[in-house]
Amino acid sequence: MKLKFGIKEVVAIGIGTALFVALTEIQIPTPIPNTYLQPRMAIMAFLAAVFGPVVGGIIGLLGHALGDAMFYGSVWWSWVFPDAVVGLAIGIFAKKYAIKEGGFGNTKMIIHFNVVQVIANAVAWIVVAPILDILIYAEPVNKVFVQGAWAFVGNIIIIGILGTLLCVGYSAVGAKSSSLKKED
Amino acid sequence: MAPIIEFKDFSFKYRAQTEPTLRNINLAIMPGEKVLIVGPSGSGKSTLAHCINGLVPFSYTGESTGTLQIAQKDPATLGIFGLSKIVGTVLQDTDGQFIGLTVAEDIAFALENNLVPQEEMFKKVDEAAEMVDVKKLLGNAPGELSGGQKQRVSMAGVMVDDVDILLFDEPLANLDPATGKRAIDMIDQIQKKKQKTILIIEHRLEDALYRDVDRIVVIGEGRIVADTTPDELLSTDILNQQGIREPLYITALKHAGCVISPKDSPQHIETMNLQGYTAAVKNWFEKAPEKPKEKETTSVLKVEDLYFSYTEGKPILQHIHFDIKKGEMVSIVGKNGAGKSTLSNLICGFYKPSRGKILLDGEDMAPLSIKERGEKIGLVMQSPNQMISKPMIYDEVALGLVVRGVPEEEIKERVYKTLKTCGLYPFRNWPVSALSFGQKKRVSIASILVMDPQVLILDEPTAGQDYRHYTEIMEFLKEINENYGITIIMITHDMHLMLEYTDRAIVIADGHLIADDTPAKVLTNEEIADKAYLKKTSLYDLAVNCQIGQPSEFVERFIAFERENRMQKEEQEDV
Amino acid sequence: MSKILAYEEKDTWIHQLSGVSKLIFFLLWCFTSMITYDTRILAFMVLFSLIIFKISKTKWKQVGAVFKMIMLFLTLNVIAIFVFSPDQGTHIYGTRTVLFHIAGNYDVTKEQLFYEFNVIIKYFTVIPAVFMFLVTTNPSEFAASMNKVGISYNVGYAISIALRYIPDVQGEFTKIKHAQEARGIEMSGKASLFSRIKNTSSIIFPLIFSSMDRIDVVSNAMELRGYGKHKKRTWYMEKKLRRNDYLTIAFTIVFMIAALIITFADGSRFYNPFV
Repeated sequence: MKLKFGIKEVVAIGIGTALFVALTEIQIPTPIPNTYLQPRMAIMAFLAAVFGPVVGGIIGLLGHALGDAMFYGSVWWSWVFPDAVVGLAIGIFAKKYAIKEGGFGNTKMIIHFNVVQVIANAVAWIVVAPILDILIYAEPVNKVFVQGAWAFVGNIIIIGILGTLLCVGYSAVGAKSSSLKKED
Repeated sequence: MAPIIEFKDFSFKYRAQTEPTLRNINLAIMPGEKVLIVGPSGSGKSTLAHCINGLVPFSYTGESTGTLQIAQKDPATLGIFGLSKIVGTVLQDTDGQFIGLTVAEDIAFALENNLVPQEEMFKKVDEAAEMVDVKKLLGNAPGELSGGQKQRVSMAGVMVDDVDILLFDEPLANLDPATGKRAIDMIDQIQKKKQKTILIIEHRLEDALYRDVDRIVVIGEGRIVADTTPDELLSTDILNQQGIREPLYITALKHAGCVISPKDSPQHIETMNLQGYTAAVKNWFEKAPEKPKEKETTSVLKVEDLYFSYTEGKPILQHIHFDIKKGEMVSIVGKNGAGKSTLSNLICGFYKPSRGKILLDGEDMAPLSIKERGEKIGLVMQSPNQMISKPMIYDEVALGLVVRGVPEEEIKERVYKTLKTCGLYPFRNWPVSALSFGQKKRVSIASILVMDPQVLILDEPTAGQDYRHYTEIMEFLKEINENYGITIIMITHDMHLMLEYTDRAIVIADGHLIADDTPAKVLTNEEIADKAYLKKTSLYDLAVNCQIGQPSEFVERFIAFERENRMQKEEQEDV
Repeated sequence: MSKILAYEEKDTWIHQLSGVSKLIFFLLWCFTSMITYDTRILAFMVLFSLIIFKISKTKWKQVGAVFKMIMLFLTLNVIAIFVFSPDQGTHIYGTRTVLFHIAGNYDVTKEQLFYEFNVIIKYFTVIPAVFMFLVTTNPSEFAASMNKVGISYNVGYAISIALRYIPDVQGEFTKIKHAQEARGIEMSGKASLFSRIKNTSSIIFPLIFSSMDRIDVVSNAMELRGYGKHKKRTWYMEKKLRRNDYLTIAFTIVFMIAALIITFADGSRFYNPFV
């Protein structure tokens, strides 16, 4: 686990949160009406995978709270914490992924990353979010679980595709390219 | 007096590299000296700077041999924080260095970290702000400042800590010429008033020499190639050999067959003793061929009476009109924020004009979508990193065709053809990350060229590039312009670029078009140069000081001569 | 880009309060509003929020656009609750007073209406607090405030950097999006979902690259200027706590305790008018 907390981590949280907030409004429409995928989740997943659990968790927490407050004027706390859970969980394996060093390219890593993100999202959206919704807002049980399941599906899709693409792409940049030859 | 910076037989190798970046450096800088460090990209000049401010070895690790002393102390014992009390660094990227939410906070940043009490901070921040003339801006956010103002805030931010050494890392890279001049003047004043030791790292030598420096250190391939006074250095041929551009007037004097002597103080054209050279220069001017007349061609991009504003009553562009002919290379120039980028955004269709028309081949473009325009007018952004979105070169170049649903066979054919045009064919199966910056730039141009546009718009194509990369990129653009008839429009504030490579300059200042003429005429017209934050070319001064009656004609002939020279050189290389 | 909530300088005592007091108020106020479902407390909080909102001289045009969006969410949520669980009110309050029948097992009951009314005013207790916090707190002072209430200055500074670079990132995003659109890459349109995500990646990829570079540049710049040298740091924008600050903090704490006591006096977080 990367638990070192230095200047780079502080800046990564700052810039990462700025990215998360700036992309709050960028949503990809899906075939289902009024349902959008949130690219900002993929960015958080990527940054968590690069910088570790503390950075990932705080970007989720701060980014969601600030983004919601600034764009939507209210903070829905029961949905802020699950974001932090996802960032934290993915971040735990940052050292293993070694994205900056070019370690994230093979199928094994991609599967690992996706297994982790699916489990983390399941915990976040099918357990944490609905429970907080019930505890804090006394919302109907069936409603919050349907909402949670919905968010779960959306987030695993966006992190699964976009998040994986970002990790693989950025890792390719860090990879050593010693075996290259010019071709005629 | 003991030197404040002293390298002795110093070598340094980064951990990830096999070859040392700095070799056998012996350099002593005295307190209060003002030294310019020049060298092409990759020469090791940035590493030298990092050794002085402590980023090497504290952030970028590696092995060193020999000794380095800063203020008679070993940097290793001072640590990066100890060094930060002695050396203040102003980075090239003013946005990266501006950390605070407002000017005042940014200036105070180092004080805050040093636990300075608030009352004292107010006083010190005020003083520093006054020194660099940003006191009225203390409450402003970085978004409300120009590049030059941000840079001055950065200067205040390092001076507030009362450091002895000020290190400027390419201070001119992101500034328009007039603002750059002002920055150099500001640095000069700081040195004189505060007796600081100043190190300036730059490859834009002529602009950096706007004010006196004591010494110039030339770095090439990790070694010190020269360490001498400006007058001495300009009288040698070292700069040319190292791929650093000499001041234009020096080049002109050399063309005229003059041998420059340090006694005539060639550091500034304004004060240089030209007595011994006048005759030769005049003679050259009379013999030099006139600039060849251009052929009239048809219009490709015509802008008619264009207006634009974001909010009513605050016009960004007013009454803009020009007509760009097929196959031209044109520059759009003007100070930062004058509306140059807005103009390219309007042409590409990202914004809608409030009034007026833009015609392509005589047809109004208003009904065309961004995507449709993109097939006719290609936009290349300043940094290739802002465009490249695929890890592999082939995929990156193919992207525009793939999203347009072009059949795979055709994509392959067109991508290969474009890669050949751009000299990237041997690398077609490489990842983008394996390329140099200049090659990446080519990839980003290739990814636009593949769509067969008639017009190419480039935003600052050579920003931050040294002379060799600059020439490489510009020669490539000239080639595609000449061989494929593509019209090229460049948004720039590089005056060399506009002089050497464009036939015409469209000058925009405060939202108005103030000139549409040959670059030589624009850069010899004081009024236009002032309004647009350009700088008169030193060739003008040379011509005037040599009593040549038609300075702009002198400039035209110089440029024509240079182009001819370059072409001959290329032909020789091809043989 | 739609209008986002941002600080505007004005001269009221609320603006002059230290960010610490406003942060404490904001967090405890949100917390109280989360816990309680006591209609009397919620009603008082709405009323009180509106008064404060008025005093802070916040103008409609500062918050109007965002407010309309909240109303949309609120309406959707209220309808969703009814659709999913028309008898949630009965479930909570124990009685079932049918007002009229709609279809199937959908009856409109007094209890459901009262429950949903509580959900609505719960929103309204927090909205003015969020608005006010954002439009009256100088973001520069905010980081200093966080540090003052005992949160590590690293966290405060991370927030400060986030606020500093949000406009830069937005600007860069727009530039990259434009350039990619000209190449024919669109995020919306008729393409399949998968290719839409891939197109989005073509826009986000360059943004990530430049952001990763920026992280390096900014951390170098901070290190060169002595960030992290000491365990503490001072703040240029720090405001000393004054009488009004202490009063505000005291009021907030007393209010929270009183609200919780009143709420739970009968052993339930709900106020039940039906028994």
